[in-house]
Amino acid sequence: MAQYLLSVVTPGSGTGEHPVPTPEQLEPIMARVAALQSDMREAGVWVFSGGLEAPSTATVLRPADDGGLLTVDGPFAEGKEYLGGLTVIDVADLDAALDWAGRTVAAIGLPIEVRPFAW
Amino acid sequence: MTPDPLAEVERVFRAEHGRAVAGLTRVLGDLDRAEDAVAEAFTVAVATWPQRGVPPNPGGWVVTTARNRAVDRLRREAVGAAKLAEVARLQHEPEPVEEGVVRDDQLRLLFTCCHPALAPAARVALTLRLVAGLTTAEIARAALVPEATVAARITRAKHKIRTARIPWRVPAEADLPGRWASVLAVVHAVGTEAHSPAAGAEVSRDDLLEEAVRLARLLLELRPADPEATGLLALLLLTASRRPARVADGAPVPLDRQDRRSWSRPLVEEGQALVRDCLRWGRPGPYQLQAAIAAVHADAPTWAATDWSQVVALYDQLRVVAPSAVVELNRAVAIAELDGPSVGLALVDRLDLDRSPVLHAVRADLLRRLGRDDEACAAYDAALERTANAAEQADLRRRRAGLPGVS
Repeated sequence: MAQYLLSVVTPGSGTGEHPVPTPEQLEPIMARVAALQSDMREAGVWVFSGGLEAPSTATVLRPADDGGLLTVDGPFAEGKEYLGGLTVIDVADLDAALDWAGRTVAAIGLPIEVRPFAW
Repeated sequence: MTPDPLAEVERVFRAEHGRAVAGLTRVLGDLDRAEDAVAEAFTVAVATWPQRGVPPNPGGWVVTTARNRAVDRLRREAVGAAKLAEVARLQHEPEPVEEGVVRDDQLRLLFTCCHPALAPAARVALTLRLVAGLTTAEIARAALVPEATVAARITRAKHKIRTARIPWRVPAEADLPGRWASVLAVVHAVGTEAHSPAAGAEVSRDDLLEEAVRLARLLLELRPADPEATGLLALLLLTASRRPARVADGAPVPLDRQDRRSWSRPLVEEGQALVRDCLRWGRPGPYQLQAAIAAVHADAPTWAATDWSQVVALYDQLRVVAPSAVVELNRAVAIAELDGPSVGLALVDRLDLDRSPVLHAVRADLLRRLGRDDEACAAYDAALERTANAAEQADLRRRRAGLPGVS
């Protein structure tokens, strides 16, 4: 078995092009995500999943020149897309991972990036 | 006459490469180890066959030698009990003899090389390398890209197969439709390279075209009566049928000057029967249309007697379902026959295909027919600069020398 990270590629909302979904829009999506997660648990492949708050809530720490620590408000990089949520699954091979990723796309309606864990 | 032993080593390894890598991957459970082992067997063959002669069963020799090399290597690397157990298992595993096991191994190799998680260009490069046994230099010239690019594509694809765990199997029936187009595209690419090998002296590499026909038959066995797989097999067969006429005195003969009486009737008939099946199904696709064009040519006793309006009509359909610069170039050639060389040339000059030797050769021929000899000469030179195939170069020089006022 091998673990894969399924990342939800979420369009940035800073530009106003992609407004944050309203609670009414979000409700059916969350219901589908919950159903999919219980399918994953039943199949014995689910390891972890979670949705993330907006990038504007992020804080970045980095090594400072003086050997100390630098604390900066905001995400590491402003991008057109950001990581909106993630699921970790433990499956036999890439085809199985792509299968679950396809079902995640169907549930959320956003692109999913599939990446194997190195360790 | 005894064949050149080194050429014979190359021929045997090209013919056996896919089967050997496929079988060894099943046994070793690792594509890279399988490929390395076959490469080592090649080195042994180069060192021993010229003295001792080609073994009676060269294909069996390749698999057995490669497997022994893999066992040696595993033994050298063996540090734990698990690896030693693997060595013991490999030494006693019987060679697969049943046709079904060999067929499944090769389908597995093909579907792994054509996995949709790999970039399209990497799928073709990987299949030409692993299944058809081409070198990266040959693949590069066929794909009109630098050799370093091909090498990087293959390395990256093999790394992804291993680290992302692309599985080694034929997809389940339900998943086949989604995997089908990429596999057909790759088999077509193998046949295209066979039709016009990018490098070397041969005009047409028979073993590669046979390999493409064999792979197309394998796929059709998996999904009988699939229209596009049927079209692909028909296209490859009709291409193969012209083989006896493609070479005269060591030089390539283009379609317009081939002696069609020497075209293989059995291959033409099998190809045309498949095209008729496709017409009956009425679900045209790119391979079926290309096969239909080849079938129109096969119907005509000479180039001049070709039904050009039908050829152009089929290209008009093809450019809609599979638009490409190569399709536009071939359509321009057909239109030049139907409406005259100046109409064809105007279409050719709109194309962005500067790296293709065929484009410059077509331009040269059209310019010659228009009496624009200086420009024709320059176009032949441009074509010559862009092909590494010695036979094609000789033919282009001969055509250039045929221009009035050129020596």
